[in-house]
Amino acid sequence: MLSRDADSLYWLSRYVERAENTARILDVAYRMASMPISYNGVETNEWESALVTAGGIDQFRAVHGDATPENVIEFLAFSEANPSSIQSSFDTARQNARSVRSALTSEMWEAINSAWLDLRRYRSKKINVEDLPRFLNLVKEASLRYDGSAMRTMLRNDAYWFSRLGVYIERADNTARVLDVKYHVLLPQDAAVGGGIDYYQWAAILRSVSALVSYQWVYHQNLRPWLVADLLILREEMPRSLAACYAFLSRHLDDISHRYGTSGAAQRQARATHARLANQNIEDIFQHGLHEFLQDFLAENNRLGQAITNQYLC
Amino acid sequence: MSGHDGQSRDAYRILQDWLKSAPPHLLEHRREEAELFFRRVGITFAVYGNTEAEERLIPFDIIPRILSGKEWKRLSQGLEQRVKALNLFLKDIYGPREILRAGIIPPELVYLNPYYRPQMHGLSLNSDIYVQVAGIDIVRVDDQDFYVLEDNLRTPSGVSYMLENREVMMRLFPELVGMQRIRPIENYIDELLGTLKSVAPASSPWDPTVVLLTPGSLNSAYYEHSFLADRMGVELVEGRDLFVRDEMVYMRTTEGPKRVDVIYSRIDDDFLDPLVFRPDSALGVPGLIAAYRAGNVAIANAPGTGVADDKAMYSYVPDIVRFYMGEEPILKNVPTWRCREREALSYVLDNLHELVVKEVNGSGGYGMLVGPHASAEAREHFKARILANPDNYIAQPTLALSTSPIFTEKGLAPRHVDLRPFVLTGRDGVRLVPGGLTRVALTEGSLVVNSSQGGGTKDTWVLSE
Repeated sequence: MLSRDADSLYWLSRYVERAENTARILDVAYRMASMPISYNGVETNEWESALVTAGGIDQFRAVHGDATPENVIEFLAFSEANPSSIQSSFDTARQNARSVRSALTSEMWEAINSAWLDLRRYRSKKINVEDLPRFLNLVKEASLRYDGSAMRTMLRNDAYWFSRLGVYIERADNTARVLDVKYHVLLPQDAAVGGGIDYYQWAAILRSVSALVSYQWVYHQNLRPWLVADLLILREEMPRSLAACYAFLSRHLDDISHRYGTSGAAQRQARATHARLANQNIEDIFQHGLHEFLQDFLAENNRLGQAITNQYLC
Repeated sequence: MSGHDGQSRDAYRILQDWLKSAPPHLLEHRREEAELFFRRVGITFAVYGNTEAEERLIPFDIIPRILSGKEWKRLSQGLEQRVKALNLFLKDIYGPREILRAGIIPPELVYLNPYYRPQMHGLSLNSDIYVQVAGIDIVRVDDQDFYVLEDNLRTPSGVSYMLENREVMMRLFPELVGMQRIRPIENYIDELLGTLKSVAPASSPWDPTVVLLTPGSLNSAYYEHSFLADRMGVELVEGRDLFVRDEMVYMRTTEGPKRVDVIYSRIDDDFLDPLVFRPDSALGVPGLIAAYRAGNVAIANAPGTGVADDKAMYSYVPDIVRFYMGEEPILKNVPTWRCREREALSYVLDNLHELVVKEVNGSGGYGMLVGPHASAEAREHFKARILANPDNYIAQPTLALSTSPIFTEKGLAPRHVDLRPFVLTGRDGVRLVPGGLTRVALTEGSLVVNSSQGGGTKDTWVLSE
């Protein structure tokens, strides 16, 4: 297929996934902020932490001052100055969808287009904290519809695979960020990992990736930080974990290389990362330092995105 | 719907009976459904210079326009004859120029024409076809005759609306559609692809690679471009997706460069190749024309076809038909005064109040004066423009155009319509699907049907005999 079309499909999926992730981050901030302040004696600003997780704190500071619920919601959900806001993400997604319409099924196009039309209605009115859950639900449903129609209607060919690559690169990036940010928030400098961590903070992490119940099914235990990390990093049965994302990434990259009859740097890199995740245990990761591990992973994930671009998309 | 004798044409009888028996709110309800369908599918067009409504729906009218089999037969014969003659004319103009030597057409009309492309001269196209896709605008003034209003030979658009309009009618009015024997048009896509493949260079593989070249998603007809590429199953490319190496055209794909044999171009000649035409254009492909001249790629429609579709040349088309076909033209031309001719000019200036004056190279309903509807002031203003550059204007009488009923808030009402059938010409002959795009002026009394001027469209039914 045309490189430009593959590129559009890849970024279309990334932006839809990004919008959903941002919605999930805002959802967690909203839930956390409605809890009694200083629950465990540590003052935290969940709205600010949402900005850090979404990777937008510096841009935010350039525009606004302190993080208040109103201006964080505005920035993450609607701001045109923020290229990763939910609105901007859907604008970009639709633009990409328009330029690659012939590679989309009609259901996918309609999912994007009607979501975009629905979201435009929100832009015109100032949203308050009470309206937020309904708005976030709309975003999540739009993403589900898009993803579901891709799964159900696309031919299993390169167009499908490139769009899946976008989903998993973006998702891996998001899961790693969520963990990395919460790691900082949750761990006082001198506290040992696993000691005295606020239950609600960890529950929020799981909730942000829809995994609170799954946790119980996998571990049958109370919430423990290293098990939360294990679930989100190493467990392939958990669909948003880093390991699961890389299982899909390396499978779909292999699908592409079988179809084309050649393979390259992207395949090698995805397979290597996948193998490393499959062979690691969570104790080693904590020993090495969770933050360092996650930072390395984020850089590696970026490199894979670059390798895919170099090999196929330009 | 009615002929001049006040009797409704036979073709409309079933529709009329059906409309009479339809429950009162049904039509309004279906009209809303139709709009929802167009909005949801995103069948839009962009309006230049209007950021507020960057994407607009073309209003769709749910009352079909109906032609009998007999009417269509005559019309299609006339279209085939006309397009064949225009193709022979282009071949001649870019070749031996016999028609100029025969004194039938003033040479300066060719050489000074902004769409004449000297680069095309002496180039032998291996198919001899210049215009693969033509959109001929037709009006009728009475029961007998069709008049050609305009030949669109460069990048005629609207065929996606023809197909989508039928689609929406079949969804919304299955019972009505089922009562009539409407000839199908869905095969247009197949015929288009067949036509394009038929003009591939001789060196192409058995199944040549066809692409559709678009200026991009900001173009007003982008919906149509993506629709056609999708239905044909060919790549929708922009200039940046193509490159030329050793006079061969390739597209950039995820599997590396892939050879392209036929380009269905929907961009203007000026933007095709910055090395040959406008150097400041970023839309085109450097080296494309060299590859074309080397016979390694086909471009449909051929560059330079615009010389045959400007409004000054239009008035010579009946002579062109006689010269190349040796036959009388089946379709009439609207009588046209060329302001470049002194007698015609003075007639036009004296009779502005009953004429339509158009710029020779204008399109989309811009730059024209509809005399009977213009104020005296506007006419004086236009007179000055004509006098400043008479060569740039032609004038035509305002015809008593036939009308077709549309559905309005106050029920059915007559409006002026025209029809754009699409004529496909390949190496293996002319293909024509029964129908076309009917455009309708939505404002009472208006003669302007262009979508950029607020006109609408409706489905066109050609009944089998």
